[in-house]
Amino acid sequence: MGQTLSEKIISRAAGHEVQAGDLAVVQVTMTMTVDSIAESVIRVLRQELGAKRVHDPERVALFVDHVAPACNPATADGQVLLRRFALEEGINRLYDVGRGICHQLMIEEGLVQPGTVALGSDSHATTYGAIGAFGTGMGTTDIALAFARGKTWLKVPESIKVQVHGAFSPGTTAKDLILWLIGRLGAEGASYRAVEFHGVEGSSLASRMTICSMATEMGAKAGLVPPDDLIRQHYPVPEWLYPDADATYVQEIMIDLSKIQPQVSLPHQVDRVAPVSQVQGVRVHQVFLGSCTNGRLEDLHRAASLLSGRHIARGVRLLVIPASHRVLADAVADGTMSTLLAAGATVGTPGCGPCLGRHLGVLGAGEVCLSTSNRNFQGRMGSPEASIYLGSPATAAATALAGFIADPREYWQ
Amino acid sequence: MAKVWKFGNDVDTDQILPGRYAPYMTGEAALARHAFIEYRPEFARAVRAGDIILAGRNFGCGSSREYAPLALKRCGIAAIVARSFARIFFRNALNLGIPLFESETATQEIADGQEVELDVAQGILVAGERAFPLRPPPAFVCEILHQGGIVEYYRKHGRFPGESDS
Ligand code: SF4
Repeated sequence: MGQTLSEKIISRAAGHEVQAGDLAVVQVTMTMTVDSIAESVIRVLRQELGAKRVHDPERVALFVDHVAPACNPATADGQVLLRRFALEEGINRLYDVGRGICHQLMIEEGLVQPGTVALGSDSHATTYGAIGAFGTGMGTTDIALAFARGKTWLKVPESIKVQVHGAFSPGTTAKDLILWLIGRLGAEGASYRAVEFHGVEGSSLASRMTICSMATEMGAKAGLVPPDDLIRQHYPVPEWLYPDADATYVQEIMIDLSKIQPQVSLPHQVDRVAPVSQVQGVRVHQVFLGSCTNGRLEDLHRAASLLSGRHIARGVRLLVIPASHRVLADAVADGTMSTLLAAGATVGTPGCGPCLGRHLGVLGAGEVCLSTSNRNFQGRMGSPEASIYLGSPATAAATALAGFIADPREYWQ
Repeated sequence: MAKVWKFGNDVDTDQILPGRYAPYMTGEAALARHAFIEYRPEFARAVRAGDIILAGRNFGCGSSREYAPLALKRCGIAAIVARSFARIFFRNALNLGIPLFESETATQEIADGQEVELDVAQGILVAGERAFPLRPPPAFVCEILHQGGIVEYYRKHGRFPGESDS
């Protein structure tokens, strides 16, 4: 019987053939955790599970990205603990303050490989599907178990097939596609399922990461793009790694990219999605360009192309937080940073920034933010009385220029 | 008798426990006090051990923070009955040994604050004159719950549910 991409990967990792609905115990090739979660993972690993060592230090990665640099003594202590843990366990893959966001580095540094299962203590681990890996987020206990065992248990998900065709119209990007899809399917539209994106072969790795990262906002266990030549150029892709033509999908969705307009998620739910034209004019105090969803060079380029030669509106703060040190360095080298700075942007340390509301741009009561990140839950970026709209880097740039939510197509040239 | 705390659809982990109140910000001892601190401030003050949460669809969506179900466990929540659960929350709560049940009718027909009785083993929720049979969880879930959580399960068996002994 034909298999979906998820079924193929999980079959390999389990060592026997599986299909949707089966329970499988699988080999995990990389498990990662981050500064804000590590302390609990270490406690569960050592005290609750009583594990002496991690199963294989080569298959563990640690990141200091969520609150980096530390913002108070408690977070600093947590990071001290994480660094000590890395030393004690002989874990070489520790990416400290300023290196960037975990999910970005997992791909940028080649820590995940196509056709393997990788776990993150963070829900946006679905990002790894961009290179054809089965990436999924789990909680503290599951991550500690994977550290101890090098394995985890999974229920093999059913898959939804999203088939796109056509090309984006100017000013419209992968972020708009995924927001539109979330609006259509809803916050639990892909619950417990994998979403397989077909027909996005023409798009960049960065765009695929944007799409896969937000699969989790529909409840998905994983979001995957079948690897093509672009991925083969940079990663070893096993020859069996493609979905069979006769694979079974629970749902198939066809999307004509040319029909998608720039989209925005309205406060306080990611799936409250509307075309930007419907919310145009909402006054904004802060624009955040960054996060694991949209903090890559391509995103900075897009914003810079609108901001070039212009200046952001009075009363708006534009925070730019590159997803990694490499993104920052590249953006400095090619002049993108100068463009952003000239337009009035403020730049922060590569990492999560204000995405999770703990530092570097927390919102106050009554403030409105247009963010390129992935979640707009009430209180996510600070005060529960703040409002967060989600949009693409292009929409973010247009909004920063206007001082209110604006349609990027009006600035696109 | 247990009291029902009723919630709507799409209650996310930031509503259950805002990231700013996670243990790495405020210490783990305070966890129980911060459950629903902004979304429903009276919850942590009035909840009693053995109470039950009744919710709509997609309960626990959002982040993978295990502190959210842990905060509920620390409050003494005996079980969560919802129309459906978000994936990571379901897994985290199960790992912590919190019984979870899905039910269409119970969540619609039982009112907030109502006194109920839950028989976890039988999967029956009794509210006044009415008894709601709850969908029994899959066998592997029962195995984990039976041990009181995945940590206890693993310590006892040295393997995952469904894995042959190695
Ligand atoms: S950028 Fe935001 S969503 Fe991404 S890993 Fe960091 S906190 Fe999570």
